[in-house]
Amino acid sequence: MLLVPCPNCGPRNATDMNYRGEAHSRPDPDAATKEEWRTYLYLRDNPSGWLRENWYCSSGCRRHFQLERHTLTGELRNPPLPGRKTAGA
Amino acid sequence: MIMSNRLPESSSEVVDRSKPIRFDWNGKKMKGFEGDTIASAILANGDHILSRSLKYHRPRGVLTHDFWDPNLMVQVGDEPNVRAGHRRLEAGMKISAQNVWPSLKFDAKAANGIAGRFLTAGFYYKTFMKPARLWPVYEKVLARFAPGGEVDLNTPHGYHDKRYAHPDVVVAGAGPAGLAAAIAAAQCGASVLLVEHEYEVGGHLLWGTDDDRAAAATLLAQAAAAGVEILTNSTVTGRYEDNWLGIAQRSHPIAVERLIKARAKVLVVAAGLIERPYVFQGNDLPGVMTSGAVSRLINMYGVKPGKCAVVLAANESGDQAVEDLKRADVEVARVVDARGSTTVNCAKGSRTRIKSVEVSDGSSIDCDLLVTAVGWTAPTSLLNMSGDRPVYDAAAARFFPNSPPDNVLATGGITGDGSRDELIAHGRATGELAAGRANAARHRIQAATASAAAVAGDEPEYPSDNRAPLTRADHPELHRSSTHGLVDYSEDISSKDLFGAAAEGFDSVELLKRFTTATMGPSQGKLETVNTVAILAEARAETIEQVGTTVWRPPYAPISLGALGGRVFEPVRVSSIHPWHEANGYTPILAGQWVRPEHYGDPHAEVRNTRTNVGITDVTPLGKLDLQGPDVPKLLSQLYTNKWMKLPVGGVRYGIMCAEDGVVLDDGVTARLGEDHYLMTTTSSGAGGVWNWVENWLQTEHPEWQVHVTPLTTGLTSINIAGPNSRKLLSRLVDCIDLGPGAFEYMQVRTGTIAEVDNCIVWRIGFTGELSYEIHVPSGHGLHVWNALLEQGEDLGVAPFGLEAQRIMRLEKGHFIVGQDTDGLSKAPTTGMISLLKLDKDDWAGKTEVAWALEDDYPVIVAVQPTDPKIVPEEACQILRDGTREIVGRITSSRHSPTLERSVCLAQVSREFAVAGTTLTVLLANGERINARVMEHHAHFDPEGERLRG
Ligand SMILES: [Zn+2]
Repeated sequence: MLLVPCPNCGPRNATDMNYRGEAHSRPDPDAATKEEWRTYLYLRDNPSGWLRENWYCSSGCRRHFQLERHTLTGELRNPPLPGRKTAGA
Repeated sequence: MIMSNRLPESSSEVVDRSKPIRFDWNGKKMKGFEGDTIASAILANGDHILSRSLKYHRPRGVLTHDFWDPNLMVQVGDEPNVRAGHRRLEAGMKISAQNVWPSLKFDAKAANGIAGRFLTAGFYYKTFMKPARLWPVYEKVLARFAPGGEVDLNTPHGYHDKRYAHPDVVVAGAGPAGLAAAIAAAQCGASVLLVEHEYEVGGHLLWGTDDDRAAAATLLAQAAAAGVEILTNSTVTGRYEDNWLGIAQRSHPIAVERLIKARAKVLVVAAGLIERPYVFQGNDLPGVMTSGAVSRLINMYGVKPGKCAVVLAANESGDQAVEDLKRADVEVARVVDARGSTTVNCAKGSRTRIKSVEVSDGSSIDCDLLVTAVGWTAPTSLLNMSGDRPVYDAAAARFFPNSPPDNVLATGGITGDGSRDELIAHGRATGELAAGRANAARHRIQAATASAAAVAGDEPEYPSDNRAPLTRADHPELHRSSTHGLVDYSEDISSKDLFGAAAEGFDSVELLKRFTTATMGPSQGKLETVNTVAILAEARAETIEQVGTTVWRPPYAPISLGALGGRVFEPVRVSSIHPWHEANGYTPILAGQWVRPEHYGDPHAEVRNTRTNVGITDVTPLGKLDLQGPDVPKLLSQLYTNKWMKLPVGGVRYGIMCAEDGVVLDDGVTARLGEDHYLMTTTSSGAGGVWNWVENWLQTEHPEWQVHVTPLTTGLTSINIAGPNSRKLLSRLVDCIDLGPGAFEYMQVRTGTIAEVDNCIVWRIGFTGELSYEIHVPSGHGLHVWNALLEQGEDLGVAPFGLEAQRIMRLEKGHFIVGQDTDGLSKAPTTGMISLLKLDKDDWAGKTEVAWALEDDYPVIVAVQPTDPKIVPEEACQILRDGTREIVGRITSSRHSPTLERSVCLAQVSREFAVAGTTLTVLLANGERINARVMEHHAHFDPEGERLRG
């Protein structure tokens, strides 16, 4: 099982966390076309390599945070920049 | 009772002759000693056939005499598939042979053997696949020939357990190297868990010289002194990401088996070496054994494995077997030294035992025992699971680790050869390295933990691997002689089968394995894999390196389903009133994690009493979130579909929440208790999810909003007081709250004292449709307030009601339940609450999709009454277009209404059918079609809400 580095709690079992999926920003709901909005809702890039993800420390400090995971090697790292976070579905 | 093959007592044995044990073997009474394996005890009594093979039902005896011996699966009482070369003998065991009928000596299924040449690899696939409709017939016939013991469905459930461990270092294998590694790591300050597959630590030292055994005893004492936790008869079954390890502990004093989940900072793999059988014609005859089996039987168990032996020796283990046999008074008729050019061609035997051996020099030697020492398999499973791909070294005739990750270290025989002292030295160096790396890892973890106390000292340097490697001894490559024999004993797969399969095109090792099932039996490739690869290489005229090997996957050794299931840690939640429910004849119902009263005997009577007098019900599981801060209205406006900026202090409002796809997520009421203070309620099942949802928005999209969220679901005990007398009842208990009709209106909230309990919240709402109040009291006083309500309301006819009465009353009133009357596709418009969907409001969760949904067609929730008032359609019944089978909706809630004395339903129907007065066709579960009418209002009862507002 992966050890997921929570910014508050440190490395914790992935089962202590809630995986919230690929991170991408929420389009402006008033301006978004159906296609843009549904891309946000349903489509994932699923790259082979580094992927930015949303995680939620559900059994720990309850912080929502982002990290980067390498989908081939399983390596995890905290994102280089804080970046705007998004509310996933 | 004579134990005909028991040797005179010796200093090397692990059996205790002062403790005889009586047991049954196939109905025969036998005697063994404490410390015996099941197999050693049976052999000591003179029997040497312990099973019949899977396909051909050939008689089988001891091959390796350890956990992996494929021939030693027996039934012990109601436990099938016990490994008799491993499991300790216990008093009173009733042991029987498996896979035999009618008896082990005469097996009717051995007829298979005659037709054996037809049962080639893939036989089952090819013969029983077509026609497909006959498969059930084939299955029945084949099941009778399937291996394995008998499962007793009445077996009592044993207790299984789970443990979580966080050791610095886990050492897998307690031979000399593993022991030394554990000792060294512990002496360096690491917490160490040492896991040994067998019952005793020491590995091959246990069946070695007196010096070897003395060294093992010294190592064990040192390990204990250093504080190493030692688990024997336990196996590290798997290694997963970041050294997450599964350990099957079979030696737990209480549990049948315990699964340990360990997060190790460093894993040391010291799994030793497993002796490989040799492939030749007759290699599965009883009396053909590996050198390790022979040395273990003689030295550890005092059992004489035969009378006259031929030994095929390609290494020191064979030489040792020769010495051991001589000491045990077994005649050694010939030592075939495979380090020269001679080998064994084939063995011949009677139906039950080997009789002679043909050597490659042309000679034939009579014997009843053939001992083979032809090489080793490195059990690299845990390294494979760590991502390593071991490489084959032809000069040493085995695989070696390649480049495991930094937190996985290998030591001992798996990495090379050496004397006892060399193995111990390598183990020590490995243990020191493991402790150093674990220490560095601990610092890193602490430094990465913001909440941890300040890390002591600088981060230690991550130690690099400077261990002097063990040397690799040259070893002849011996896999198959000039004849064909069995490669996989568990599955009855011969080298000829493998050649055939390769010729058919299954010539990659992964394909070959799956097609022939070689390596897929109970030994799980521990004995067979390398020979399988070698024979495939021979068939392809290539080298073992070119062919490659299969990937070893978890588990290393079988783990019971009981241990995987383990102890259930699912918490059960109850309210503070629960003791009263239990004492007063409630019928419990499990709702999520909550145990709730479904009713107290008669839910219909509970409904009538509530509608006539007054009822009280425990609604504690209702989700409750305390929200404080100046930006709460913004949060509420973001999450609910309706408007919240102008809710006055003392006001309560109902709202629906949507996910971003417009689907209804939850609903509930929220009250404004003070200027910047709100209490939100959610559905019981949505409590956790909504809390999460609220935090998600506050932390990610709107971190600038000042809102503090505190979950109060269990902090407050919630009671609903409903019925015409509810005001009268509550007025007897409250202080400082004016309940008068003009002073406390429907959809308002007050705070105050109830039954002398301060800090209570009262709001006037009505899920049941009656005049009703919901009170939230600090949970420590919940039971007190409940009792006070019952006492004070006696003359008012107060009685409790359960979840079922509550559901009936809400259905009579036509209130939908999220998740019951809506589903994962129901967008907000389906609820019919169009006036709550404020498209003129700025951004709110789900708005975009809701707006699009409103332009589109969508199903609608409607109230429905069957024409025949006595028929209560089952929930989920389909609604059909009349005269067709086209589904246009379904019944989502359905009950008999004791108030209206008729059936009442809610349904989801397509818009075309949602018009009041429409006659629907409902398909009952029994196939009957009935008519039902769409009602004008959602509420079947009191649609104007006069009772509610009274
Ligand atoms: Zn955390």
